[in-house]
Amino acid sequence: MAFLARRLGAAVLLLGVLSLLSFVLLAAAPGKPENLLLGPRPSTPETRAAIRAQFHLDDPIHERYLSWLGGALHGDFGTSVYTREPVTSIITERLPVTAGLATYALILTIGVGIPLGLAAAMRRGGRLDQGITLTSLVALAVPPFALSILLLYGFAVTLGWFPVFGAGETAAERIAHLTLPAVALAAGEAAVVVRQMRAAALDLVGQDYLTFARARGLSLPRVWISYALRNTALPVLTVGGLLLAANLTGALFVERAFGLPGLGELLVTAVARKDIPVVQALVLLGGAVVVVVNLLIDLTYLAVDPRVRHGAVAS
Amino acid sequence: MTAVSGTPLFGGRVARLRRTRPGFLTVVSAAVLALMALAAIGGTWIAPYDPAAQDVALGASMPSWAHWAGTDDLGRDVLSRCLAGARSALLWPVIVTLCTCAMSTTLGLLAGYRRGWVDAIMMRVVDLLIALPGMLVLIVLVGVLGGGIGWAVLALAVLFTPGDIRVVRSLTMAQRELAYAEAARTLGLRPTRIMFRHLLPNIAPTVVAGALLSFVAGLVALSGLSFLGIGLPAGTPDWGLMIEENRTLLDLNPWASVIPAALVTIAATAATLLGDRLFERLSDAA
Repeated sequence: MAFLARRLGAAVLLLGVLSLLSFVLLAAAPGKPENLLLGPRPSTPETRAAIRAQFHLDDPIHERYLSWLGGALHGDFGTSVYTREPVTSIITERLPVTAGLATYALILTIGVGIPLGLAAAMRRGGRLDQGITLTSLVALAVPPFALSILLLYGFAVTLGWFPVFGAGETAAERIAHLTLPAVALAAGEAAVVVRQMRAAALDLVGQDYLTFARARGLSLPRVWISYALRNTALPVLTVGGLLLAANLTGALFVERAFGLPGLGELLVTAVARKDIPVVQALVLLGGAVVVVVNLLIDLTYLAVDPRVRHGAVAS
Repeated sequence: MTAVSGTPLFGGRVARLRRTRPGFLTVVSAAVLALMALAAIGGTWIAPYDPAAQDVALGASMPSWAHWAGTDDLGRDVLSRCLAGARSALLWPVIVTLCTCAMSTTLGLLAGYRRGWVDAIMMRVVDLLIALPGMLVLIVLVGVLGGGIGWAVLALAVLFTPGDIRVVRSLTMAQRELAYAEAARTLGLRPTRIMFRHLLPNIAPTVVAGALLSFVAGLVALSGLSFLGIGLPAGTPDWGLMIEENRTLLDLNPWASVIPAALVTIAATAATLLGDRLFERLSDAA
């Protein structure tokens, strides 16, 4: 339990730091806060005074932080400076695209990464292993936006297999529209999983309990799935948090490259327009997702590995 | 140099590096990086056109004899811009790498050698920085607060340092227990001297291999920022910026964005391969 308490404490601390960071954005951004919050509307002394009153800009900063944080905890991030819509409704409108993209990429990452990593480990040093290792190294290096452009040109423009821009309407269209972006997003992540999986599986080769399991006459799938896979789960899970962070930032680039109206595209536009309430909400949301997933990963540790439960492994 | 102690440079690792023949891919990667470095230095002179010269009447055009890689929507020569863009695309990541190395080596040595409260505090800060969704924070900070490429470079160095601190720290902790470090302490040398003159040379190879990977991360991050329109002013010849500015021309002249995208990809791949091989050699030799 001490393990979990420590992780929870760290998560709360991290969210605190992120909330402070996104709160001070408004104060630290160049230009007066009331002018930023006015956005494209005409700036007269009256409108500026109205904004100051509406956002309590004359209150002491810690009170403003607390009231802003209180609103944020209730899902109220104010209204967009540009569209005058509530930030929460803009985000919920955009969420499905990003969630779909991230899920698609995750399925590709796991579906491709784990088998390839295992295959490379089983054929250690062979042609297949060398090929997989080299490909994963290249995939790791390629930036998602460059890969997006190359995929767009190759598969959408030249070959015409996939649509070029947009997110699509029907479910089938969605999948077609999201395939190339998901590949661009998943390539680097799958590479991480392949490398981690290969290293973890190589550690296993020659372990006594595997030899013993086979000696007891257990079937090969049983040995691989309930013994080997379970023991490789821990190091692979460890990179899960890293993958997620990569996924979040990768989505920014990929959505922009493919013109997908998702949260990443929203953030980039909001940053460019200095639409502070939207930016604040997205930073907090991104941070919260990272924190929650990392906690979930810690819980999975506990479920998968009894050694962590009994405090035998420091992690 | 006469080796008094009989301990060759870097515990013999450099000698062993020289003895093993580099593989084909390593040579190709090094050659590619060298070519790109040449373009970064002299690209503006080799370029057939002025990278900023516009020919609005021509507009975006496919590759031709006059323009080998075609032109962008303002009629600027893509080949010349790619050559000229090598400088900003590669120079800034090098600066990021140098800053990262300087900070992570100093702080990592300090934490690993001194231990105690310095180490404890530093590790807490490192843990926090690693847990932050770094690029997200970076994009927002540099994008909203402005400040251009200089701040982006500095922020990236701060973002990359924690991971490297951990590596340097753990290496230092292993080295400080060895006989030569003990001997240096017995001689009564100052800790700074032991850290930088005795321990540093022994961890330097790993630092260099790590620097190559920092360079890749810096290259990808900075061209990514340019791609989002953050950092460099619009119109600067830069690979990331070219991808962003020309990605809508995929039907008129796809090469205007495909070539810079390929260049970023090739540079990142070559540096990764080189860094990876270096790490592998070092761990083989260790």
